[in-house]
Amino acid sequence: MVETAKLAPKDFKSDQEVRWCAGCGDHAVLSAVHRSMAELGLPKEKYVVISGIGCSSRFPYYMNTYAMHSIHGRAAAIASGVKVANPELSVWVITGDGDSMAIGGNHFIHVLRRNVNLNIILLNNQIYGLTKGQYSPTSLEGQITKTSPYGTVETPFSPGELAIGAKGKFFARTLDNNVSLTTSILTQAARYEGAALIEVLQNCVIYNDKAHAYITDKEMKDDRQLIVEHGKPMIYGKERNKGIVLDGLKLKTVTIGENGITEADILIHDAQNPDPVLHQMLVSLNPPEFPMVLGVIRSVEAESYDMKFHRQIEQVKSTSNKKSLQDVLHSGNVWKV
Amino acid sequence: MTDTKDKITELDDVVIRFSGDSGDGMQLTGTLFSDTSALLGNDLLTFPDYPAEIRAPQGTIGGVSGFQVHFGQSEINTPGDYADVLVAMNPAALTANIKWIKRGGTIIIDIDSFTEKNIERAGCVKDPLQQLGFRDYNIVKAPITTLTREALKGLNLDSKSILRSKNMFALGMVYWLFHRPLEFTKKYIEDKFKKIPVVIEANKTVLKAGYYYAETVEALHPSYSVAPASIEPGTYRNINGNIATAWGLIAAAEKAGRKLFLGSYPITPASEILQELSKRKDLGVKTFQAEDEIAGVCTAIGASFAGHLAVTSTSGPGLSLKTEAIGLAIIMELPLVIVNVQRGGPSTGLPTKTEQSDLMQALYGRHGESPLVVMAASSPRNCFDYAFEAARIALEHMTPVILLTDGFLANGSEPWRIPDIDDLPAIHPPIVEEGAEDFQPYRRINDELVRGWAVPGTKGLEHRLGGLEKMAITGAVSYVPENHQVMTYERENKVKHVQRHIPDVKVYGDTSGEMLLIGWGGTFGHLYTAYRQLKKEGYNLSFVHFNYIKPLPANTHEVLKNFKKLLVCELNLGQFASYLRLNFQDLSFMQYNKIQGLPFKIEEIKEQIKKQLEVQ
Repeated sequence: MVETAKLAPKDFKSDQEVRWCAGCGDHAVLSAVHRSMAELGLPKEKYVVISGIGCSSRFPYYMNTYAMHSIHGRAAAIASGVKVANPELSVWVITGDGDSMAIGGNHFIHVLRRNVNLNIILLNNQIYGLTKGQYSPTSLEGQITKTSPYGTVETPFSPGELAIGAKGKFFARTLDNNVSLTTSILTQAARYEGAALIEVLQNCVIYNDKAHAYITDKEMKDDRQLIVEHGKPMIYGKERNKGIVLDGLKLKTVTIGENGITEADILIHDAQNPDPVLHQMLVSLNPPEFPMVLGVIRSVEAESYDMKFHRQIEQVKSTSNKKSLQDVLHSGNVWKV
Repeated sequence: MTDTKDKITELDDVVIRFSGDSGDGMQLTGTLFSDTSALLGNDLLTFPDYPAEIRAPQGTIGGVSGFQVHFGQSEINTPGDYADVLVAMNPAALTANIKWIKRGGTIIIDIDSFTEKNIERAGCVKDPLQQLGFRDYNIVKAPITTLTREALKGLNLDSKSILRSKNMFALGMVYWLFHRPLEFTKKYIEDKFKKIPVVIEANKTVLKAGYYYAETVEALHPSYSVAPASIEPGTYRNINGNIATAWGLIAAAEKAGRKLFLGSYPITPASEILQELSKRKDLGVKTFQAEDEIAGVCTAIGASFAGHLAVTSTSGPGLSLKTEAIGLAIIMELPLVIVNVQRGGPSTGLPTKTEQSDLMQALYGRHGESPLVVMAASSPRNCFDYAFEAARIALEHMTPVILLTDGFLANGSEPWRIPDIDDLPAIHPPIVEEGAEDFQPYRRINDELVRGWAVPGTKGLEHRLGGLEKMAITGAVSYVPENHQVMTYERENKVKHVQRHIPDVKVYGDTSGEMLLIGWGGTFGHLYTAYRQLKKEGYNLSFVHFNYIKPLPANTHEVLKNFKKLLVCELNLGQFASYLRLNFQDLSFMQYNKIQGLPFKIEEIKEQIKKQLEVQ
């Protein structure tokens, strides 16, 4: 990809009026996407943003790039087609917990399994917003919504667990209100050559307000969030004295300076380890017992589907004795009259 | 017929039906015979008839696989109503096919397989041979299994491999019967089993053994000869509808200067299109075997947005799954070819059987006002032409096009004069180039109401598409009531205007008269043959066959209104007849319908026409 004169975040804004509710987490994500695209330095025409259906999927209209607002659940499949057609494009998928975890679940797992080089941003607000407040596959068990007036009786999906189970090679998690973290993660994800899934814990101010409030609480957030970085120890907390250690086959939170624990005991984050076990454990940690793990949790190098796809075509073309359709038409049993 | 075996009887055309267990290799046997006949210059058409089960219980009727070939010295348009020769490898094959044999026809059976156990497996109370009227047929009871074993005695082969060669014995016999050389088949065997010399030897040995057996036995009638057809000079090959479709798409991509992308999911009887195009990675074709039918069409929509000739291939149930996404392509006005190889429905229906099942679904099977172009191929070889046409229309008119073929066309094969790709017309998609001034995604760029195709990666033409209603010209999301009406008409009229770019429908026979026989799609061969025969017999009859369904050719009403009776023949309950009624309310249509998962028989069409001609 050719890098050209730097564009500013505002260059990626379209002229359309943004129609999300005031206070919706999507605004901040949009801003992070604009910033990240500017930071990546590609010209506008190289970006393609594909969304499905849902509040978050209105995204494309607010982008001044090539974009498509498609149908419910299918963005990953459509984006796969775009990327295979033209691997030079930077293709981004905007989806939500309804779009990807429910109706588009099949495309979601297969796009990760294939490792198509896409940036997939999943805005997880644990509710159906656009249809006005029904529970989603990530709603908490027991959650009261319009279609679960007595509480849901369903076990929720955790997108990260699902992604790793589907052979996903890149998974990161961020919060809608942390624009700089989101921007940094989006940029890392875009530079990653494969299917990168970014789960954004996002607040729906109308139908599921404060769903992530425990984690985002201003006073307590440092104690409730662990932002991991590859090669760095998993330390968190207001005092930077809390950490994660491996205790047998389980993760455990510890305090540095207590019970003889020193910084050397704290786990060093290895996002690049192909073995998914520890990544799976980090993804599954839940407050209040543990901090919510944010940052790039898994980023394993592997050749992308689109690279393999085109490499195979080039290889077959170079070794085949059929150079044109005419050759194919005349191959096998033919006869002259 | 004479009774001296060195005499040769000349025949105009012959129908042979090979039948056996689905593991007996009957499809291959039939294909090899067809290839040899084609190489000798016969015109022909084939019709494979096989069960959906890969290996149904051995020896049962459900597991019978058949392959019918009709070849002759003049134009052949159908696989033939009834067979002159039936090869039946077991009692089930005989029982299943006895109704397809002409009185006086030849039946070659493997007598070794007519054991009590096999007769019982075939569901017969007593030996089906005893139920045949011996005087009605020439029955050749050949000990095929025994003689195959005998022939391969010297080779170190296991029993299973020996039995697998039985089909070559039967093929050898039929070759002798019709004076065909063995060379082409020998060559095939040599190429196919290049790496296993013992298999080459076994197959060739058994083939010859069958040939010489047929020559030796007294029971066989004198052999027949079918002279070559007089056909247009050129280079020929055999081709079936699925391969022709795949190649037509490649040709169109080449002529449009676009890359070809196929997003698809395997489904009978359409999978071969995906398989063939996957092989054509050697020509740079991109195929994406998706996780489901929906992803098949969606990846194609993505590729279309990115500037490719995008195609998805499927059959009935798959078309149902794709409908929402097709609606998206309609509102985004992107080119897309949807190939639907129709099969018996509803639901899973009859996956391996043919039916003109999905015309209504193709025309109307979407929510909202969602017009697209619908076309149908009408012979295995013209699947090439109509695939090319479907792509041309999709690309030049920026619209989804549904191309209907069917199981009969897809699997049936016939000789095809290979076209010169240079002779095909260029296709001109409305690509908007970098530097275009004041690009607007939904501005109509010509009288055909086509919008420009600005491909991602092109500087300065960034724009947003989507499933929400778009403002005319700008493409911004719009809920303006009047705009929705404007856009609905623009989409509708864009498809209507395709009529200006398709040929008039051709009338066979007089342009006015007592009755017009009407067909569409895969039934052409049968209807045309019935028409020709009746015409020869002196009936006042004309014939018209449709390949363009939506829009219909411009002269359609003009053609139809000049006949007293209009008889629409279809392999469904009358979907095209209903469509014609809707379009031409001043006309009245009679219909003849068959829904058996099988093609028409010429005989039954003729009978029907005669009956309807008598009705006052």
